[in-house]
This record gives sequence, C-alpha cells and structure tokens, in this order.
Amino acid sequence: MTTCGNSGGSGPQAMDSGRRDVLKFLAVGATMATGAACDLEGFFRKSFRELSPADVRRMVTGWERKYSRKYGKTVTVSSTGPMEGVKFGYGLDLSRCVGCRRCVYACVEENNQSRKEPQIQWIRVLEMDKAHGIDLNHSDIYYDAPEVPRPGKFYMPVQCQQCDDPPCVKTCPVGATWKEKDGIVVIDYDWCIGCRCCMSACPYGARHFNWAEPTLPAEEMNPKTHVLGNRPRPKGVVEKCTFCIQRTREGLYPACVEICPVGARKFGNLLDPESEIRQAMDTKRVFILKEELATHPSFFYFYAT
Amino acid sequence: MAISFLRGSGRIIAQGNRAYKIWVGALLALIAIGLLSYSFQMRQGLIATNMRDQVSWAFYVGNFTFLVGIAAAAVMLVIPAYVYNWGPIKEVAILGELLAISAIIMCLLFVLVDMGRPDRFLHIVPFLGSPNFPISIMAWDALVLNIYLGVNLAVVIHILYKGFYGKDYNKKFVIPLVLFSIPMAVSIHTVTAFLYSGFAARPYWNTAILAPRFIVSAFCSGPAVLLVLFQVLRKRTGLPIKDEAIQKVAELMAYAMFLNLFLLGAEIFKEYYSHTEHLLYTQYFWSGLGPHTTLVKYAWGGLAASICAFFIFLVPRWRRNMILLNIGCALIYFSVYIEKGMGLVIPGMTPDTLGEIYEYKPTLVEWGVTAGIYGIGFLVFTVLVKLAVPIMEGHFHAISVNPTEPAAELDAGAH
Amino acid sequence: MVRSNSRVLRVVTSDTVFLNHILEIKNGEDRMFWLATVLALTLSSAGAHGTASSPAQVVNSNKKEKLVEAEPPPFTEGIFPCSQCHNPKVNGKVNPTRRELQFHDEIQSDFHHDSENRWCLDCHDANNRDVLHLTSGAPVPFTESYKLCGQCHGDKYRDWKRGVHGKRIGQWNGEKTYFLCVNCHNPHSPKFKPIKPLPPPIRPSEMNRGKR
Repeated sequence: MTTCGNSGGSGPQAMDSGRRDVLKFLAVGATMATGAACDLEGFFRKSFRELSPADVRRMVTGWERKYSRKYGKTVTVSSTGPMEGVKFGYGLDLSRCVGCRRCVYACVEENNQSRKEPQIQWIRVLEMDKAHGIDLNHSDIYYDAPEVPRPGKFYMPVQCQQCDDPPCVKTCPVGATWKEKDGIVVIDYDWCIGCRCCMSACPYGARHFNWAEPTLPAEEMNPKTHVLGNRPRPKGVVEKCTFCIQRTREGLYPACVEICPVGARKFGNLLDPESEIRQAMDTKRVFILKEELATHPSFFYFYAT
Repeated sequence: MAISFLRGSGRIIAQGNRAYKIWVGALLALIAIGLLSYSFQMRQGLIATNMRDQVSWAFYVGNFTFLVGIAAAAVMLVIPAYVYNWGPIKEVAILGELLAISAIIMCLLFVLVDMGRPDRFLHIVPFLGSPNFPISIMAWDALVLNIYLGVNLAVVIHILYKGFYGKDYNKKFVIPLVLFSIPMAVSIHTVTAFLYSGFAARPYWNTAILAPRFIVSAFCSGPAVLLVLFQVLRKRTGLPIKDEAIQKVAELMAYAMFLNLFLLGAEIFKEYYSHTEHLLYTQYFWSGLGPHTTLVKYAWGGLAASICAFFIFLVPRWRRNMILLNIGCALIYFSVYIEKGMGLVIPGMTPDTLGEIYEYKPTLVEWGVTAGIYGIGFLVFTVLVKLAVPIMEGHFHAISVNPTEPAAELDAGAH
Repeated sequence: MVRSNSRVLRVVTSDTVFLNHILEIKNGEDRMFWLATVLALTLSSAGAHGTASSPAQVVNSNKKEKLVEAEPPPFTEGIFPCSQCHNPKVNGKVNPTRRELQFHDEIQSDFHHDSENRWCLDCHDANNRDVLHLTSGAPVPFTESYKLCGQCHGDKYRDWKRGVHGKRIGQWNGEKTYFLCVNCHNPHSPKFKPIKPLPPPIRPSEMNRGKR
C-alpha cells in the first residue's frame, strides 16, 4: 500500500477517460471564460479516491506549499495508506475514566481543530448518574467542577466509532466519505459538499461541521498532517475523529491514548490477538454503543473492574 | 419562431395593472432581502444561521420538505385531467404543473442555501461528479427532483408554445411525459420521506409510515394553494374554472385530510402507548421537555387547524361556502407547513443523538434567505401564470399579439 | 497434546465475540482471508499466555514489537538509599512492631493502603531497607515493585501484563513504553486523587459569531 488514493481499488485504470475529457474541456472552457482567477482545478478536480498516485503526489506538494505559506512553518501532508493485515480497534475502560477531558484537548491540538467560534471537539465526554447507568438522554457534556470524578457520577467519552457499517458513508450523496481497509472512516475535505446528511445519519454525534472559517492559530498548528486526517479544513465541510490517522498509520498511538492520565484508552490491531485491544476483548466483557443499530463499531467500551 | 414567442412572452410579463406591479415589486423586494441575507451567510458561513452540530438541519430543510409536498401535489390534478380526460379539471391542470415547477425551483434553492459548499454542486451531478448511487437517498433525491422539474418544464413549455401558435399540443409527446410525471411526483415525495425515515439514528423519523404521511399531507396542502388561485383567476380573468372542479378538488382534499389525521393518530398511539425512550422526540414536540417548549404552541396550533380544516372540507354545505373554503385552505396550509417543516425536522434532532437538548430558532438571516427563496418561487409562479392564462384563454398567440389586452392579474391574496 | 488442544479451544472461544464481529464483513473473500488470518494468529500465539512476570516477556519474538519499561518515578530527593539512615549496623536491632514512627510524617499522614492492617515493614525489607520484599521474604528491588503489588492485586497484575490495566505509550506496533504501577499510583496511597477537569465545551447557543 503506497497511497490511500489507490487503496479503494479505483486506480487510474478504473477512471473513465471520456469523463476526464469532458472535465478537461469544461475546465479549459471555464478558464478562458473567467480568466482563471479562481481555483478551477479544485472546482473540476476528481474525488480523492479517483486520483492516481501521481495525482496524489502532485496535490500533496501543492497542499504542503499552501499550508506552509499560510502557517509560516514547514507543514508535511502525508498520504500513507493502510497497512496490510491491520484493522484498528479501540477500547475504552469506563471503570477508569474520570472525565478530566485531557483527551478532548489533546485531540484538538493534535488534529488542528478549530479552537473557538466555531469550537470543534471530536470527543464529547458524557457525565451520567451511576444510579441510572448509561442513559444518554440524561447525560451532560457541560459539567464543570473543581474536581472529577464527582460523587455518584461516571463518565463516558464518545467519538467516532469507526463503524464497519457506517450510516454516514451510506448516506453521503457524493461519496466524499468512505471506510478505509484499516477500518478508519475518512472524509475528503475537498469533495464534501457540506449537506450534513452524514451528521443526521450518525448515531454517535461524531461528525462536526465547520460552521464558519476554522480558527487555528499558526503557532498552535500541528505541522505533521495527513491528507485524510488533520490537515487544515475549509469552512463548510464536515470533519471527525480518524483515530489520529497521521499517527496510527505511522505506528504511533492516537493522541487521546497517549494523554489519558488513567490509562482508560486502549488501541491496537484487531487482527493481532496480543494487541491491547484484543487482550481487553478477550479477558473483559465489552459492549458497543447503540448495538441495536447494527453499525458494528470498531470502538469497544468495557469495564476492567 | 421561438424568438417571437419569447418576445411576446416578455411583453406580457412586463404589462399589468397596478396591483400586479405592486405584487411583483414586493416579490423583488423579498428577493433583494434574500440576496442580502445570503451574501452575508456566504461570507460568515452557516454560523449565521442557528443551526449547530446538535441541530444540523433546520429551517431550510424544513421548508424544502414542505415544498416537495407542494410540488408532488400537482399530480393530484394532473392524474384525472389527462388519464381520465376529465374535463372540468383538465383546463386547470396546467396550473398545477406551473405550481410544481415553482415549488421544485424553491426546493432546489433551499438545498443550495443549506449546503456548506454550494460551489461544489457539480460533485452530485451524474458523469461530472460522483453521485453515490444507488445507496445514498440524498443522491436519488437530487436526481428525481431535477428530472421532475425537467419533465414538468417540458410539458408546460410545449403546451404553451403550441398554444401560442394556435395549435393543439402533440399528444405523442405530452401524454407519455404526463404519465411519467405521475410516478415521478409520488417518487419525489417518497424519496424525500425515505431520506428521513432511513436514518436509524433518528427514531422520530425512522418510521415506516413517514412516506405515506408525506404523500397524504401533500395531497392536503398542494391543492389548497390551487383552490385559492382558481378563485382569483376566475374572478380576474375569463378562465372558465367551474365550481364543479373546485368542489371535486375540495372533496378529494377532505379524504386526504382524514387519512392525514388518521396516520398522525397511529403514530401518536404507537409512541405514547409503547412509551419507550424514543417517545422523547414526540414529547418535545407536543409537550416540551422540561423548560424546552419552543415548539409546543405550534404543535397544538397545527393540530387544531388541521381538525378545523377537515370538518370544513368534509361537510358539503360548508365547503361550498367560498369564504369557509378559503379559511379551510389557509388552515390546512398552515397545519401542513408546521407538520412537515419545523415539526418534522426539529424534533427529529432534539434531543440530539447523545441526548443533548439545543433549542433551535431561526435567525434573521435564515428568515431573510427563506423570504428571498419564496420571493423567487412566487415570482416564477406569477410569471408563468401570467403567460399561461392568456394563452389558455386564446387571447395571446402569434398571429395577433394585442398589447392592450387586459393581462391576467394576480394579487397577494393568491397565497 | 490434550492440554494444548484445550488451550487453543479456550482461546478460540474467547475470540468468538471478535469473530462474530468480523464475520459481518460482507465481502466473502475478505471474510475467508480474515478468518484464516485470525485463526493463524490465534493459534500461533496460543502459547504466549504463559506466566511471565513482566510484560516484556509476553512479547512474541517474531514481531517488531518491543516493550520498554518506563522509568520508575524518582525518589524524594536525598531519601535514597534508605540505608543511609536505616542501617542496622548503626541503629542496632530493628523493632518489627507496628507503631507510629517519629519520622516519615508525610508518608504516615497520607498512608491509605489498607492502613488498618499494614505498615512499613510489610513491604519494606527490615534487614535491607534499600529493597522491598515479598511475603515469602524474597527481596525485590524498588525497580520491580510491581511484583510486590501483584501479590495482592493479582487481577490487576494480570491485566497490566496484557496491557489492559495501566498505560502504554509510543508505538502500537513497535516500541512501546509501559508504565509501572508506581508511575501512576502512589504506593502509600494508591487510590487516584480527583483532578480538575479541563473546561467544558462552548454551548451551541453561545457559539454565535456573525449572528445578526
């Protein structure tokens, strides 16, 4: 696997040459008509999955130049594809989580989310009553306290569950979001039309919309990015957790796993019986959120004690 | 030939009495407000609306859904007119198609203003973009709406064009298209309903009777617009719209209204009797959740309007009273607007999938953009009716375009 | 032979949840490939569920994975080696009676580790204060204190060796650092102390840039 552009099995050979000609014709025509003032290549470009590896390399170079100029630092845009024999899984130990929200902010910093106005956070930590068990409709994500965990409460962080049958992918009218072979559901930020069907379809509130131009201070920008992950997003598109694709495809743990002060977060290869996630699944009783919807998440909750 | 048709049409549109000019001026003002609001929204992003991650579809999508119903209802008049060659309605069926065209244009505009990246609309166009067929209902919706628009435009333009030159329309062309537009009309509304009812994540929408409810409520609200329009046209022009036609439509509406109430009752029973946690959304609409009661007054107002309208249309003596009939039309229109607009979209998303309650209310920008789109839709409808009426009456054709002919007049009472 | 078979069976059974999960994958080819992969991996690793005493020994040597012990937390400055003060040669015979000490006030005042029944010399070695000792009396260096913890907290110890309890950082498929018990827990007061949460998110109604 070299680039993810090729991973879906739709390489350059699969591309309809007639359609390419039409696109070229239109692009040329429109360029002449408007004097090429705007981003016509972006306007007429193909969806990411149809790009050839060469196209991807060319676009990556373009993005790197653009972001480096904008943020005043050397920004890299990786297009590393999925590894063979790897399917990512995530475990979250509800008996450990204390609701400190360290993961929320580590995620924001790692993944270049808009800081405020609009504020985008991929992880929501729900506070619920121990007396009622998991009852989303009486949960609170705005709890503020001098100290957590609060007596009588427990905490459940929710982020993208990287479903095997993702309703968001099913509903996207333009195929701008899809599931990669390693299980990560990704979004092509240059193809998303911002219709927000996926947000209606997602049972986990995992998808977030750039309601305005994202606010990302240059000094806080993480320059190590991935095409389908944490590269800067434009206004008007949807984004979500990618299991830190820019880290995990390089073998690193996601940022939320690294930061968790209580070790509640487990991550690894579901196809490797020795991975932490598999060990948790083998020795603990796991459950998935909203299992009745048959989305088959790759995200498992468990109670170690 | 086409040039003389266009020139003649232009002349007709430009002419009109004072009421017509005030009406068109008002619509143009609405459109200006809409453009202003939309340019503001374009600059700021959709944060200019009150939609947020918790309620990510709202006023625009609600209006879109309602208008799909209006567009679909045109078939109600087209079916008997063309298929059964039933005289009284046939002469006015073309007005139903004009309404469908205007409604679809508004639908498409509501989708456009709701998009985060309207500049990428090509991505959903077959061959140019990558529409996610056949799995994405939204991709289907975009396709069927455009086909429906195309079919209706083709029929209307053909009939008017032929009428302009004093010829009968080509049956071999029109009849198959009209026959095709009947399942199309049902399908645009069904597909729109499926868009919602396919979301397992949203229990309020995830119900099998959503599509039947959509169709039935469309058959209530769509003809309501036309009934009022018929009366205006009958009064202001020589268009021979018979009482018989109006009463027939009203009778059909009464049946639709009964079914609409019945299906609502079935849904309400299921929710409250089984009393699962999915009841929350229904409760949010009808009684509010704790302090969150924004929609409650609209819910009960809509229901009351729906019941009153049903009885007005049910009792023959009442529906023959034109004043009562018009009140009934206004009531049912309001009721369906609540039911299929905000009453559908907002409770579907409140509480959100993680149980958070965010009470949505449209911003001024959303009202402005919406007003602009209705302005465009009404203007399109006005222009089309203004053109169609003289052609249908036979006053306006290529041989003698009489500039002094009193043109069709419309006033604000049309809606 | 019988024993190893039953072990394989046990591992496979415990994999049922996971197998069911991946069987949902629609592509038939994929399914067979995955099934084969999982079975192969399961069988090849069945022997790994041994009785190793530290996570490093669990690692399958065929993989590039490598477990690295985290650096144990530093002692309070000047406290180690303990034998500087606790020196039987200087102080004479050790008094093994449980009692309130005149020193180590800080530790004594915050000692919450079954403090009703236990005291210093249950873990610290009376004769060589620079090491700990197991209940058997066997000495354990401070760097391997997890062995001592594991005597009572056997379930946590097992989970920790599997990577289910505790924390690992670094590479999920390469060099990973595992934290020791004492990296997270204060051995004298092991229960986690409440911490201040980071700020809650902005409410949707308050996020209104550009609203008219």
